[in-house]
Order: sequence, then C-alpha cells, then structure tokens
Amino acid sequence: MSNRTNAYWAANIRLIIGLLVIWFSVSFIAGIVFVDYLNEFRLGGYKLGFWVAQQGAIYTFLVLVFVYAWRANVLDKKYSQGDDS
Amino acid sequence: MSLSLLTYIVVGLSFAVYIGIALWARAGSTKEFYVAGGGVHPVANGMATAADWMSAASFISMAGLIGFSYQGYGGSVFLLGWTGGYVLLAMCIAPYLRRHGKFTVPEFIGDRFYSDAAKVVAVICLIIASITYVIGQMKGIGVAFGRFLEVDYEVGLSIGMVVVLFYAVLGGMKGITYTQIAQYVVLITAYTIPAIFISIQLTGNPVPQLGLGSTLVGENVYLLDKLDLILTDLGFAEYTTGPRLSTLNMTFYTMSLMIGTAGLPHVIIRFFTVPSVKDARISAGWALVFIAILYTTAPALAGMARLNLMTTIEPAPGQNLVYEERPQWFKNWESTKLLEFEDKNGDGRIQYNADPNTNEMVNIDNDILVLANPEIAKLPNWVIALVAAGGLAAALSTAAGLLLAISSAVSHDLLKGVVRPNISEKSELLASRLAMAGSVLLAGYLGFNPPDFAAGTVALAFGLAASSIFPALMLGIFYKRMNTQGAIAGMLAGIGVTLFYVFQHKGIMFIESTQFLGSMPANWFFGIEPNAFGAVGAIVNFTVAIVVCKFTAEPPQKIYDMIDELRSPNH
Repeated sequence: MSNRTNAYWAANIRLIIGLLVIWFSVSFIAGIVFVDYLNEFRLGGYKLGFWVAQQGAIYTFLVLVFVYAWRANVLDKKYSQGDDS
Repeated sequence: MSLSLLTYIVVGLSFAVYIGIALWARAGSTKEFYVAGGGVHPVANGMATAADWMSAASFISMAGLIGFSYQGYGGSVFLLGWTGGYVLLAMCIAPYLRRHGKFTVPEFIGDRFYSDAAKVVAVICLIIASITYVIGQMKGIGVAFGRFLEVDYEVGLSIGMVVVLFYAVLGGMKGITYTQIAQYVVLITAYTIPAIFISIQLTGNPVPQLGLGSTLVGENVYLLDKLDLILTDLGFAEYTTGPRLSTLNMTFYTMSLMIGTAGLPHVIIRFFTVPSVKDARISAGWALVFIAILYTTAPALAGMARLNLMTTIEPAPGQNLVYEERPQWFKNWESTKLLEFEDKNGDGRIQYNADPNTNEMVNIDNDILVLANPEIAKLPNWVIALVAAGGLAAALSTAAGLLLAISSAVSHDLLKGVVRPNISEKSELLASRLAMAGSVLLAGYLGFNPPDFAAGTVALAFGLAASSIFPALMLGIFYKRMNTQGAIAGMLAGIGVTLFYVFQHKGIMFIESTQFLGSMPANWFFGIEPNAFGAVGAIVNFTVAIVVCKFTAEPPQKIYDMIDELRSPNH
C-alpha cells in the first residue's frame, strides 16, 4: 500500500471515529443514559432529554451524515491528486 | 361522494401511476435488473431508499407503538434505532461496498472472504431475514385493502401481488426504483397531512414537530405537561420519562435496531444504484432527510393522538364518556375488534386507566392510532382515502425491495455465482425474472397462510441482520486480517445465539408452548428482551470471528490488495 493511500485511510478513520463519538454521545449518552438529568432542563414544552431522544438526535444524525459526505470528498480530492491508482 | 368510492379512486390512481412507471422503466440487462444500470441520481436514490426502508410497520404501527405500548419515551428506541443506523451505513458500509462495484451483498462477502461457503452462508442469512420481513408487508397489504376498500383480505392481497409482480418482474431494480420514488411521495403526503391538521387543531402550530412542544389552544399549559398529568392521574407511566424495561435494555434495543438497519441487504443494495462512491455517501444523507420527515412527525402524532383519545374518553376528571354516546369512529373500529370495550362496573360509562381490574378499554390496537387518526380529528374523507393509499405504498415499496434482494441472491449469487458460472447474460436475466416471480408467489403464499410467527418476524429480521451480516461487513472492511474461517464461524455463532434467545422466549419458530425457558426467568440475560438481543448476537459474532481468525491462516495476498483498493482515495 502506498504511503498516500495509508495516510488517506488513516485520515478517513479519524474522521469516522470523531463523528461516531458524537453519534454515540447524542443517542446513547444524552438520549438514554443521562436522559433524566437532561429532563431537568426544558426546551419550550419539551423536557430536554425527551426532545433529544425523539427529535434532536435525528437532526444530529442528519448533520453527521452530510458532514461526513463533505469531509470525505475533501479527503478524496486531497489524496488523489497526482496519483492515478 | 362516498368514502369507499373516493378511496377506490385515490388508490386506483396511485396504482395506475406505478404500472405506468413499470411500462416505461423496463430492464434490458442484468445491470439494469440488479442495480438500475448504476445511474440513479443520489437524491432520487435517497427518496427510493426512504420508501424501500419505511414499511407498513413504520407507516401504520410505529406511532401507535410509541403512543401506547412503549408509553411515549420508551418508543424512542424505534426513533433512534431506525434513523441512527443510517449514520453507520453512510460512514462504515455503503461507500466501500459501492466502491467494490458488484451487484449484491453476498457477492461482496464471497469475494472478500474468498469463499463460496461464506457467500452461501450470507445468502441464507439474507433469505431468512428478507422472507420474514416480507410476510409482514404482504399482511399489511391485505389488511389495508380489507379495511379501506371493504374487499376480502385474500382479494386485496391478490391485487397487491399482481401489481408488485408486474413492475418488479418487468423492471427489476430499475422499475422498483422509479415506483419507489412515486410511492414515497404518496406515503409522506398521506402521513404528514393528518399530522398537520391535528397539530393545528390542538396547538395552532402547523408544524407537528413544534406543535408537540407548544401550549394547547385556549389553555396556558404545554401539551406534553397536560398529557403527563392526565396519564399519571390514571396510573399510567409518565409519557415523557418512562424507559422501556430498563436503561440497559433500551441501550441494547436501540443498538440492535441501528446495526440491523446498517446490515439489511435490501437497504444496502440501493446504494449500488448510484454512479459513484461520492454519490453513495451523499445519497445516504438524502435518504435520511426523507426518512426524518416521517420519523420526526411520528412522535408528534403519537403524543397528540394519545391526548386526543384520553380527552375523548374522559373530557374532564371523573366525567367519563357515556358508552351510548361514543363517536362514530369508535363504533367503526369496534367492529374490527381492534378496539374493544367491556363495561366492568356496569355504569354505562367508559373508564380507561392503568389498572387491569377496572380498565374497560380492554383492547386498543397500536395500528389504530395512524389509521383512525383522520376520523378522530374529524378530517375530510379525501384525507382518509389518502391514508389508505399511503399505507399501501409503504407496504408495496418495501415488499418490492425485499423481493429484489431475495431474487438477486438466488439468480446472481447462487445460480451464476456457485452453480453455473458460465451462464449467459440473457439467461441470467431470464433466471432473475423467474426468481422474482417465484419470490412474489412465495411471499403471496405466506401472506395467504401466515405462519403463527408473523407478528414476531420484524424483530427477528433485525436481529438476524444485526448479528450476522453487519459484523461480517464491518470486519471485512475494517479488519484486514479477517479470514474465511473467522467470518463463517462469526456469522453462524451470532445468528445461532440470537435465534436461541428469541426461540427460547417465544417458542421454536414462534410456535406457542415450545418455549424452553426451563427455570430461567423471562429476559434472563441482564433483563434484555428478545427484540433487543441482536446487539448481543453481534458482540458474540465479533468475538468468535476474531478468536477463530487468530488461530487460522492469514488471507492470501490478493485479498490484502483488494482491501487496499477499497481503502484508496476515490476520484
């Protein structure tokens, strides 16, 4: 494997891990494990934890998928220049 | 115009559109049949994926599950699980499988683990997961026809089969893709319009997602606070906080649905239809946009409909509805047995509470919530007709996607891949059409004679995908050293453990009285229910695969080269 490909893959893995940490924190940590704590705060008529579990997490997932598509395309461009493989 | 005539017209029009699309989008090659020629625009594919993904269960049952059985907050497992899986799919699965550039999921597993045996194991997992799933869709089609068009279940099912047979056999993935786009439009319109009306009626806010967090019309109290108050007064759990069994169970449940989503072949193959890896990534985002429209509306619908039902039965504390004065929709649904009342204290009024000894609403089927909602909210007849067409669109689109996954596994992976590798393109196309027709007939047969386990099947499909296919794909992409022996042992162990736990609780093949719990209490494994067990099966799969792999030979160099190719930059 060329160094360029290695570096590309390492950057891709870092990107995925970073985004999955957010994915896990929002759905499991905020939406389930610490939901009672978050429920002490409010967002309009919603308890905050309930809102995260039934609305907020889904909006976060959307942002994560689009951010990944955008950053991964940037990585593709950066690492494929001058490399025909 | 009468309701049933209106429903015939709306459903008839939607079916005419699907058939018109089928005639226009005929498949001329195996590439068109399996992956729609690989030229589908990412936004179009996102929409088709959304329709493929959202089944009769999402459309008809989910809001009711959240509002009733899972008592509000507990229903978050479906919302988190069935959307969060797309994050995994978009980052960890779809782009690399698209890059590999083949037609099916078992084909990738066969190539990556350089083994026909691994491919056949994957085909078996795929067929079991997809067939169990498709039975539910066929039942949904029969029931929707029966309830809205007042035809027999069998007649309704036959009409549905003929329509699917027509466009799936003729057009393959190409026909299915374009019909799914039309079906998405029908189902999302049908789902959101009643929700918007109800949100306006209750809160004055036309956006249901905001309405659920607003105050009620004419009262200075938040909708959810009022709902919590009413429910706790009657002894129910608080709507906004009660977890499903336990925090640990909710965590595993959510995880099972997430990784099941990312491992279901009929969803993954949709990403083989776009032109490039870049398109596969962005297409997953679009799919999630279209799915999120329904999935963020569903909890609003659930909360509002629950409140509507509570205040219909008991407008003010102690002033229960007199049974003889019940509204027309109540009578309609009583005749279907999905709503049942029993006057236990003989006072002629309806008591609805959490105490099984005094509760008189002895049956409220989850499916009622979405189907009866337009009637409860007194919406015009055309909205009810639209909901019927929407339910059918949701069931048909998912059934078609599953049938394609099954038929391509048979004709491409088994026939061409293992039995007769030299088959010509023309014969393979014919074989895939025959396999599709066979799958439709099998699904129809199972719809006519649903096995006892039909109700438990969706959970099983997710459990199987989560515990077998998802780990195999993850290890294939992210762990170079993984070899044939590890992958096969992992898949068999994962599926085995999951099936064991499910059957132990619900009976072998869901046959009553064959539960073999012995002295074990229910949910004995850390209080995790069978529906949530796919995540445990996946952990077993990963562990077994890695241990076996350590003690067996490394994969050959060409596999390392193949993985390097998957992992190199795209341009």
